[in-house]
Amino acid sequence: MFRKKDLLGLKDMSAEEIISVLDHAAGMKEAFVGGKPLSLLSGKCVTTLFYENSTRTKNSFETAARFLGARTMSVTVATSSVQKGESLIDTGRTLDALRTDAIVIRHSMAGAPALLAANVKASVINAGDGMNEHPTQSLLDLFTMRDKFGTFKGLRVVLVGDVKHSRVARSNIWALSRLGAETVVVAPCTLIPKGIEELGCEVSYNIEDALIGANVVMGLRIQRERQKAGLFPSLSEYNSEFGITAERLYGICENAIVMHPGPVNRGVELSGDVADCENSVINEQVTNGVAVRMAVMDILVGGR
Amino acid sequence: MGSILIKNGTVIDTTETVADVFIEDGKIMRVGDCSGVRADKTIDASGKFVLPGLVDMHCHLREPGFEHKETIESGAYAAVKGGFTSVACMPNTDPVIDNPALVRYVSVRGEEAGYARVYPIACITKGQKGAELSEMSALKKAGAVAFSDDGKPVTDSGVMRNALEYARTFNMLIIDHPEDPAVSGDGVANEGANATIAGLRGINRAAEEIAIARDIVLAESLGAKIHIAHVSTAGGVELIREAKARNVKVTCETCPHYFCATDEEILSYNTNAKINPPLREQSDVDAIIDGIRDGTIDVIATDHAPHAADEKNREFDLAPFGTVGFETALSLAYTYLADAGNIGMTDIVRLMSHNPAKLLGLPVVYVKPGAMADVVVFDPAREWTVRADELSGKGKNCLYDGWILKGKVTNTIVGGKIKC
Repeated sequence: MFRKKDLLGLKDMSAEEIISVLDHAAGMKEAFVGGKPLSLLSGKCVTTLFYENSTRTKNSFETAARFLGARTMSVTVATSSVQKGESLIDTGRTLDALRTDAIVIRHSMAGAPALLAANVKASVINAGDGMNEHPTQSLLDLFTMRDKFGTFKGLRVVLVGDVKHSRVARSNIWALSRLGAETVVVAPCTLIPKGIEELGCEVSYNIEDALIGANVVMGLRIQRERQKAGLFPSLSEYNSEFGITAERLYGICENAIVMHPGPVNRGVELSGDVADCENSVINEQVTNGVAVRMAVMDILVGGR
Repeated sequence: MGSILIKNGTVIDTTETVADVFIEDGKIMRVGDCSGVRADKTIDASGKFVLPGLVDMHCHLREPGFEHKETIESGAYAAVKGGFTSVACMPNTDPVIDNPALVRYVSVRGEEAGYARVYPIACITKGQKGAELSEMSALKKAGAVAFSDDGKPVTDSGVMRNALEYARTFNMLIIDHPEDPAVSGDGVANEGANATIAGLRGINRAAEEIAIARDIVLAESLGAKIHIAHVSTAGGVELIREAKARNVKVTCETCPHYFCATDEEILSYNTNAKINPPLREQSDVDAIIDGIRDGTIDVIATDHAPHAADEKNREFDLAPFGTVGFETALSLAYTYLADAGNIGMTDIVRLMSHNPAKLLGLPVVYVKPGAMADVVVFDPAREWTVRADELSGKGKNCLYDGWILKGKVTNTIVGGKIKC
């Protein structure tokens, strides 16, 4: 079993450690879907510390923590106040003094969870840091893929969208390459970060080529401000070249499952019919997210 | 003034010879056999190097305005601990050094401290705003040794053109911080695989190379001289090499961190590895060393950039750029350049003492009778582990914390006085 104080990212985890979390999450999902709350974390306190807005991830963690019997605390800090407000380290020490057992942190800056982890006694769970990692999102993606295919060996996973700014892409590439899947990232060159191949993926600028033989097609969120920053000329041109549409899937990989970390920009990353099609597992991903986060919290906090 | 006898060291300036060095009245009086000479203080330099004092043409002493990071006194003391007898400090203080009174203030504070000689570099433009030229003649008369808006580039090519020509009137050097901010944007690390792995925003090498190319073109078309600060990329070295081959009056410096470290250092979010320009890749390190070997790079400067602990111990994106460098520069140059067989010790003297002195119009010290007694004793056999918290300056933000280096400064003599 995976035994560390913190979950900061998947780049530091072995295939065995990842699999052990997924195995543990299977039991958690059964309890969660069956509506049978657990008491594995009774008497424990889990704090969410979010420096970026995120309703779904925060709710997912809080649901998971409460389902395990933990108390939850929530600290929301507007990103704009980071520079003038209390330092991250001081905030962390305050939470330690409040006897929290785990801090779930979302931060706009890469490495912030590592900095926090080095300065607090509580377990730190990275709920997304800048462009670095979003390990629990990737774990829920992996859980969903394994649920559908039973294995990662030989799976072709195509990630389409803003790879450059995506922590979801990075965590998934780290994990999938270790688990024996084949990962392809697809985007215009301006949205591909330099050297991404070294994480263990192929790069393609053509979605139709990339989709050949795909088992999983995952859309990555396109933020409107990237267009304003000049990385692509318009959302409509993005969609016409890189949008995941039923026509593109049909005849190439129509049996592939369609995933998205959410929230979906319909008509940008995915067409509406794809988001709602029977191969779309977007809502299952949300349920699996709770299971995976229960597993992570139980592993990190339950035994301490 | 007490006399000093440095016995039996290997004296290195343009040549290497074993000799005694006798210092009196602030001057080197005798070099050779001094067995009959009595001195107030004797230093046994057997097995050690005796070098001209080092000259750093690029450092930040932070005073006035940022005394919590470093003061002129603490910085000048750290400088002599590293073998620097003269340092030229950048004007990006608060207020910036753009008027004669502030130039004199820095000089006076340096004299009061009484460690390394402190020479102010003044701003190219008023307020470092990149628009109107500073009063270069008045600043020169007050004691400025060069002009730079370091920390910021002069992005307006028209302003830089005027600066180069106006400075030429007074035979003063312009030192440019080469960076196109439209390309570097809000990057915090070298754009490449390691920034991608860490999820940090990249600074493309083009940001530096565009500015170097612009500066070369300006210098070439105007027949003016220019000095490029902290060159870090292979492409930058090549641009300067080609320009020198065409006799463009361009000179440049690099810093120890660009020949001994790569952007792998950022993978752990070590904010002491957050430096501008950023640490690059191994191929750049190799190209910097090639540039040092073939003379393309004229100077090794420290870009000593002290910061307070709390400023560095935070999110990588929020930490300020820079590492301290005075107390490690000569050991790094010895370890990675001389001991590694890339260049000889006479080259190190040229790069770290003679060339920067010439560029700034300061006295050039040879270890010869009659010379100003700015002398360093360096023990090449001494291996030591860098401990950031044991450094002498106020800023402990040291990239090299925990590194094992070869060779250490044992004594620094400024104007005939032992400073450490």
